[in-house]
Amino acid sequence: MKPPVFTYHRPETVAEALDVLAEVGHDGKVLAGGQSLVPLLNMRLAAPAHLVDVNRLAELDEVAREPDGVRVGALARHARVEHDQAAVDAVPLLGQAIADIAHTAIRNRGTVVGSLVHADPAAELPAVLVLLGGTMELASAAAGGGPRRVAAADFFLGPLESAVRPGELATAALFPAPPAGSGSAWVEVARRHGDYAVCGIGVLVELDQGLRVGSARAALISVGPVPVPVDLTDALGGQPHDAADWAAAGRLAAAAVDPEDDIHASAAYRRHLAGVLTARAARAAAAHAATRLEGAA
Amino acid sequence: MSEPLHETRLVVNGVPHTVQVPARRLLADCLRQDLGLTGTHLGCEHGVCGACTVLVDGAPMRSCLLFAAGMDGAEITTVEGCRAPDGGLGPVQQAFRDCHGLQCGFCTPGFVTTVTAWLRDHPDPTEEQAREAIGGNLCRCTGYQNIVASVLRAAEINREQP
Repeated sequence: MKPPVFTYHRPETVAEALDVLAEVGHDGKVLAGGQSLVPLLNMRLAAPAHLVDVNRLAELDEVAREPDGVRVGALARHARVEHDQAAVDAVPLLGQAIADIAHTAIRNRGTVVGSLVHADPAAELPAVLVLLGGTMELASAAAGGGPRRVAAADFFLGPLESAVRPGELATAALFPAPPAGSGSAWVEVARRHGDYAVCGIGVLVELDQGLRVGSARAALISVGPVPVPVDLTDALGGQPHDAADWAAAGRLAAAAVDPEDDIHASAAYRRHLAGVLTARAARAAAAHAATRLEGAA
Repeated sequence: MSEPLHETRLVVNGVPHTVQVPARRLLADCLRQDLGLTGTHLGCEHGVCGACTVLVDGAPMRSCLLFAAGMDGAEITTVEGCRAPDGGLGPVQQAFRDCHGLQCGFCTPGFVTTVTAWLRDHPDPTEEQAREAIGGNLCRCTGYQNIVASVLRAAEINREQP
């Protein structure tokens, strides 16, 4: 339960980090918060020859409210984003989902961007990025002319596999602010609070002026190799925000996922959860949208 | 046995130290082996149990998931730093004693550091909040009831002796 030997690099600037990453290529791994990577090292499930510690790159330590959303730099810890009122006002789903990530001590160190790059199929933030249609910024020494931008839909390739290439550093994630008249909710079931979810879901509901559901979308975790997006509009569209056919939305989601058995839950139970949690989250998201509309009025 | 060593400066419980550590030396092992501060306990070594929790610049973190070399320049507080200024029991330690908040004591250092930091932001917690506060720490002995009572008692002691 001790990490294997590696060569440690601690660059002071992004440019320096990119040079090191270019040099070590396939043998390099970026260390940010380390809350997923260090367990893998301790258990000897990963043994990178070079570890590039980016914790000194102060230029990446940012949470910025931008006109169209929130930009989270690679060094922003979960706790910082969770407690950034401007960020969670603009993108409430960020705050809703981060509250379910592990525990305080993990959120104090783990980073939002690190969680995205790690691409754990049970992690919350990949689903948040997918649901909001966000973007990742990937810098490399080779790119030179600015970072490569990858849409969330193209970023998550498989379990623990993202589109980051050897030599690249994920410098930021962009979470678009949902439109006015929208609301969101995050719901998950875990064996113990703070554990990885057996099934989890984020829902975004947009209401029209008559407080009827205009559109509803979901992204589910732990029921597929990557977050599973599901459009719930067919089940909920045009219905009142407080009396829609939530169960129909649940049936739609349960039919859309293809979970597998593992030691924590059977596929059938995960599918059952996908239905129940979708109904619950859709109802909560619609109520949230109505509250925000009333607040704005 | 010829791993390169990294000179690392740490301020632990207010005392500055300079250590020479291999890159893969976990902060928990650095505290225990290099500095002899064996109050920090290693349980699961993958971030789940919370026994190794220390405060890094005031914030609770798992010392089994941090490399000592990466902590260069940080201020660390361990359970040894949670004592009273006169060397006696600190408020959280006193509360755990008053309420029988421990049996074997293995997990206790992680609880004491976690609760010490948490009470700074939540000086007057409810029982439900106290439960949430210790949600990231595992205890195999107590069933948690007395630990929740200890959190509430520690808040009380803090209010009595500001």
